[in-house]
Amino acid sequence: MASALASVALSTTFARAVPLPENSMVQRIGAEKKHDNPLFKGKAFRRVSMAVSVNVSRFEGVTMAPPDPILGVSEAFRADTNDLKLNLGVGAYRTEELQPYVLNVVKKAEKLMLERGENKEYLPIEGLAAFNKVTAELLFGADNSVIQEGRVATIQGLSGTGSLRLAAAFIHRYFPDAKALISSPTWGNHKNIFNDARVPWSEYRYYDPRTVGLDFDGMVADIKAAPDGSFVLLHGCAHNPTGIDPTPEQWEKIADVIQEKNHIPFFDVAYQGFASGSLDADAYSVRLFVRRGFELLVAQSYSKNLGLYAERIGAINVVCSSSDAGTRVKSQLKRLARPMYSNPPVHGARIVANVVGDPNLFNEWKQEMELMAGRIKNVRQRLYENLSEKDKSGKDWSFVLKQIGMFSYTGLHKAQSDHMTDKWHIYMTKDGRISLAGLSLSKCEYLADAIIDSFHNVD
Amino acid sequence: MGDANLRAELGSPGRRLGTLARHLGVDYSPASSSLMASHNASEIVTPSPTAGSYGGSVFTNVVQAPEDPILGVTVAYNKDPSPVKVNLGVGAYRTEEGKPLVLNVVRRAEQLLVNDPSHVKEYLPITGLADFNKLSAKLIFGADSPAIQENRVTTVQCLSGTGSLRVGGEFLARHHHEHTIYIPQPTWGNHPKVFTLAGLSVKTYHYYDPTTRGLNFKSLLEDLSKAPRGAIVLLHACAHNPTGVDPTLDQWEQIRLLIRSKGLLPFFDSAYQGFASGNLEADAQSIRMFVADGGECLTAQSYAKNMGLYGERVGALSIVCKSADVAVRVESQLKLVIRPMYSNPPIHGASIVATILKDREMYHEWTVELKAMADRIIRMRQQLFDALRTRGTPGDWSHIIKQIGMFTFTGLNREQVTFMTKEYHIYMTSDGRISMAGLSSKTVPHLADAIHAAVTRIK
Repeated sequence: MASALASVALSTTFARAVPLPENSMVQRIGAEKKHDNPLFKGKAFRRVSMAVSVNVSRFEGVTMAPPDPILGVSEAFRADTNDLKLNLGVGAYRTEELQPYVLNVVKKAEKLMLERGENKEYLPIEGLAAFNKVTAELLFGADNSVIQEGRVATIQGLSGTGSLRLAAAFIHRYFPDAKALISSPTWGNHKNIFNDARVPWSEYRYYDPRTVGLDFDGMVADIKAAPDGSFVLLHGCAHNPTGIDPTPEQWEKIADVIQEKNHIPFFDVAYQGFASGSLDADAYSVRLFVRRGFELLVAQSYSKNLGLYAERIGAINVVCSSSDAGTRVKSQLKRLARPMYSNPPVHGARIVANVVGDPNLFNEWKQEMELMAGRIKNVRQRLYENLSEKDKSGKDWSFVLKQIGMFSYTGLHKAQSDHMTDKWHIYMTKDGRISLAGLSLSKCEYLADAIIDSFHNVD
Repeated sequence: MGDANLRAELGSPGRRLGTLARHLGVDYSPASSSLMASHNASEIVTPSPTAGSYGGSVFTNVVQAPEDPILGVTVAYNKDPSPVKVNLGVGAYRTEEGKPLVLNVVRRAEQLLVNDPSHVKEYLPITGLADFNKLSAKLIFGADSPAIQENRVTTVQCLSGTGSLRVGGEFLARHHHEHTIYIPQPTWGNHPKVFTLAGLSVKTYHYYDPTTRGLNFKSLLEDLSKAPRGAIVLLHACAHNPTGVDPTLDQWEQIRLLIRSKGLLPFFDSAYQGFASGNLEADAQSIRMFVADGGECLTAQSYAKNMGLYGERVGALSIVCKSADVAVRVESQLKLVIRPMYSNPPIHGASIVATILKDREMYHEWTVELKAMADRIIRMRQQLFDALRTRGTPGDWSHIIKQIGMFTFTGLNREQVTFMTKEYHIYMTSDGRISMAGLSSKTVPHLADAIHAAVTRIK
């Protein structure tokens, strides 16, 4: 490209009288020092190019961004033509036949919505009122005092990501000196969200590679060492990417240190109902903190538990010590949403409101969710059995059973993960995370072979 | 609730109460920690179950935000019990019966989607639905546009117009050397907030001339000619919001020449394609003139009005680049803006649009329904103009039929607007803008009465 432009530059004569179109190189010589453009090196060259009108993009300096580490995996998977390929990258539920799954209750809800002939008017900035009501009740329990007392500010958000982003923007504006504490490791996009919202963050220890479990002492120590009033990002259940959750006793101790440091708990709840199969059980940690009187934030997503991935439906909930504070906080969250997208999309919100608000559909949903969570537990069991049988080294693979949720943190490092892809056509994220939701019982053996091979034969 | 229960509820009140007491400068001694102590009640800190762990709230400094000025009009309208109230606030189309409208062709598209077993809810790519993007680019730039043929256009699905403007603004703040954007005076109320939060610095250029109720063309050109090289210029592609005043094609040509000679970067907001004149091609002329000269520009497209998909939040951001190579790199960087904001866009609205645009017969049905909406608005303009003339309302009201699109900038001042709301229950934004889409033959007389009264009684 550069050489082609060079030859054009050299071949153009002074005689050509052209009006300078926008972005001709002439104008850019003085203005742009940033670009290391080889065409501008040397005085002789400059004299020639002064009369040249060559059109260069004002975005010429824009570099190619790397593919997203998680969503980019699916792109790579699609490009692979090998029959044995397996996509264990993004956390999207697949049936045993490895097909995407639209829940029956969702189909029923959509048919109902179509029959009713509802309109497509703008939602209020805070989203669908019926959705906001049921989503808070689902999370905290309808009889929870925070709901009875009107102390929760709930805004419909664009799934988990959008809800986290609104909260981060709120933190930046109202707690400009505050830091966010995120687990090491955590979902890759958490850092991007805080970065773009300009909220500084640091990590607390979480994963212990020696035990393939929780580094609880490290976690507590790091939370304790952080400046008072930090926002501690906690995964409500089914920690992503490790699948390792604190026990109830550990949650109490985490609450103790957070209270001691006047930190603010900030929960990411993307798997309520999907982790254990029970909506209430999976809300345990959030409800514990609420019971203990904390003010806190909770981002919710219906991508996985209702299979509404592409509808982008979630919520940000802020539990405040008074309903007055809740009202004020809600008004300011709206002020952040309006310049981002004005108001949220209606379709997914209506589906959730219909499913959760109707007792029959709600029960049916619970059953479908148990099936999905159950399938993943079965797959974990089979994978564990295959690994234990086939691996003669005596390595303890029980972490596969102890971890919870969609993902398993295999303990494979980057080179080993690459090997999984390069040799075995198994697609996963480079941090060693595999999505069990993308695994079928029939492929467990193949996966076990691949993991054993990568673990033992790649440094 | 007994003391013991309360203590259990709150965990360890002793330490918390001590902290709170010190904070409030109140005496507190554990010995007198009876929670129901009655002596010197004003000095004893009595916790309530609603107290946060700090006794107060971390959200103390969060003040109540004012209602959004545009969306707040509907909020006020909804509260009004008057049977003669009229909502001329937000720009959402209403039928002659005053009802929201879902286009027939949209319902048909939805039926197809709901009944299509292959239509799943998997995450869209970060850039959105590929078909939708291609079709949207063709719609706005023309199917035969050389920019499209040469792969110089990158199009990403965004959350309606607002989302497209925000993503475009964030991209420019990161990758464009000049961070000032010039917006017309007046403009849609949300524009300055969107661009400021995106990281750009907002300046204005003259646009509306209150004395002629038309375009202040001379000052517009003067202002833009003083803009620094590379500055971004926001242009309403057609049906300027809020004034309804558009440049003529000759004036657009002069604007284009000026912008290109000064090296400014045009950013089009296209929210009314097909809705302004009733003709999709005519309403895209301004944009196509700019693209035809080979230069670069950004375009934010919305399907909220022209397809009545308001609440589905469907739109697209297109960036026309000098070369295909630049377009590819620009797209990769747009993904980095989107991923930490909401990961990927909502599928429902985009699927509806794609279904309609790719089917010849459905596309035709859409153009017919679109023209019907545009024609009804033009009829309302004529009726209102006639009604004011019949009443002998003082002033020149020809701007009502000269202005184009959904809105009319009446020229009424704040006091007159307040009067109209209070006495006649007419709801509109305080800048004198009325949404013609909210009028019907039945309500025109009432509005004319209100305007007549306001103009004669309030100066």
